[in-house]
Amino acid sequence: MSVTAAFFYLFAGITVASAFLVIASRNPVHAVLFLILAFVNAAGLFVLLGAEFLAMILVVVYVGAVAVLFLFVIMLLDIDFASLRQGVLQYLPIGATVGVIFLVELILVVTTYAVDPALLAAEPVVGEVPVMTNTAALGSVLYTRYVYFFQLAGLILLVAMIGAIVLTLRERVGTKRQDAVRQGLRTKEEAIGMTSPPIGKGLGKGLGSGLGSGLGSGSPAPARPREDA
Amino acid sequence: MTFWEASLDVALIALASLTLMSVLMIYIAYILYADRKIWAAVQLRRGPNVVGPWGLLQSFADLLKFVLKEPVIPASANKGLFLLAPLVLVFLALTAWAVIPVDAGWVIADLNVGILFVFAVSSLQVYGVIMAGWASNSKYAFLGALRSAAQMISYEVSIGFVIITVLLCVGSLNLTAIVESQNSEWGIFGWYWLWLFPMFVIFLISALAETNRPPFDLPEAESELVAGFMVEYSSTPYLLFMLGEYVAIMTMCALMTIMFFGGWLPPFPIAPFTWVPGIVWFVLKMSLVFFIFAMVKAFVPRYRYDQLMRLGWKVFLPLSLAAVVIVAFVLKLTGLAPGVGA
Repeated sequence: MSVTAAFFYLFAGITVASAFLVIASRNPVHAVLFLILAFVNAAGLFVLLGAEFLAMILVVVYVGAVAVLFLFVIMLLDIDFASLRQGVLQYLPIGATVGVIFLVELILVVTTYAVDPALLAAEPVVGEVPVMTNTAALGSVLYTRYVYFFQLAGLILLVAMIGAIVLTLRERVGTKRQDAVRQGLRTKEEAIGMTSPPIGKGLGKGLGSGLGSGLGSGSPAPARPREDA
Repeated sequence: MTFWEASLDVALIALASLTLMSVLMIYIAYILYADRKIWAAVQLRRGPNVVGPWGLLQSFADLLKFVLKEPVIPASANKGLFLLAPLVLVFLALTAWAVIPVDAGWVIADLNVGILFVFAVSSLQVYGVIMAGWASNSKYAFLGALRSAAQMISYEVSIGFVIITVLLCVGSLNLTAIVESQNSEWGIFGWYWLWLFPMFVIFLISALAETNRPPFDLPEAESELVAGFMVEYSSTPYLLFMLGEYVAIMTMCALMTIMFFGGWLPPFPIAPFTWVPGIVWFVLKMSLVFFIFAMVKAFVPRYRYDQLMRLGWKVFLPLSLAAVVIVAFVLKLTGLAPGVGA
């Protein structure tokens, strides 16, 4: 058994086992962690196929970003672990139906897969086959032949992103915000003022009220009357 | 290839990995010492000066102290994940070093997608932190973990774009190729720190945030969260966290050395400089980058959380995205763009 085969069985075995544990584990956080393990091992399978660029992108995008947010949400949910197990039998028929449909589709695809006999009969391409890494190969196809589809996929993601922002953004009125640009543009004249208030009188409304208003910060002099606050 | 030849290959790789790891560990012991000494010098203190001559053995004494202490696991913690988290962090941090070339040909795995591998592995490190925070079953630890996850994901985006600008200039994702592309008769002025200076600054700051170094050490902000995600950890698991953090910092220093400081290349391609072995230049440059890290830690006060998010998403992301477009245009218009597939 070659080393490659040994690694294939290792990665494939862990992928299948952890995929099973995703649905079998009682704790949802454990389930997500097993899902991540399955992703990483799938990336290992990609490496064995020689598709190292896809493997790394799988890890960066799915494991490094998407699954983190997934884990984030699951951790923040207040989940009652006991009640989670009760619905299993109830949803079993639906789950089984979906599973069987997938299985039949897979079998149909695999059994009817065939190479065009005309292609097999044709002369093999003679001439120089360009030697390039699969990163370059992917890029040279993706950004030329399929560039419109690529852009379209990007647009769909953009729409989804804008939709998420629109749904969750709410402008709260009356909150004090820090405007970093405005703060950075403040000059010495509008930020600092020298006073020498007489004892017992405090600072009148004259000088102090103009200061610090740009930031919404506290009153510039503690002795100032509070009627304008 | 027969089974025995394959086994011999695996044994050789294991030996090389072990050597690299031992050297890296000793280097990090002194990096830790340097970090504390620099911090102390800025604050006019002496720093560690008791264990060994000039305190040189301080890190080893700390190691012994941590290993010999009793590990305490909180009663309500998720025990398996609690112990797995620091192991995940250290394992991933060390994995990144498999693809880092420290001299011409001195690399354990010369991957075609080397820089993506480092990027992928460093993006996985957030799991160690999240798992630690969740498994501790403590509010401080959980808040620290949430902050850390948000912070690391935010700054990864700009790190990714900075890497893309460098890759546009190189035309390859191989780390050795990145260094070789900076090899010119211009020496130090041909390296990318000069040509991509704004990118270098963005990468440096993002690397600080990515590795939870001050001023971005919000996940363990001691004034608000006690010690953040590590608050429940003690003894060897805590040591592993510290180790993982410093290995990740050194990975970032090495990455910056490779991408912006020409890796193992001498600063001037003339006689006395070219006599020095490449590994010496590499370590010197890495130490210089770490010196910047240490000085930033000593100088800069901690960021507030909303300022951190603003800097990542509203300043660095648009800047680095614009830089990708600008660099691509300039390379295309001047005809300097490298060939494909090399």
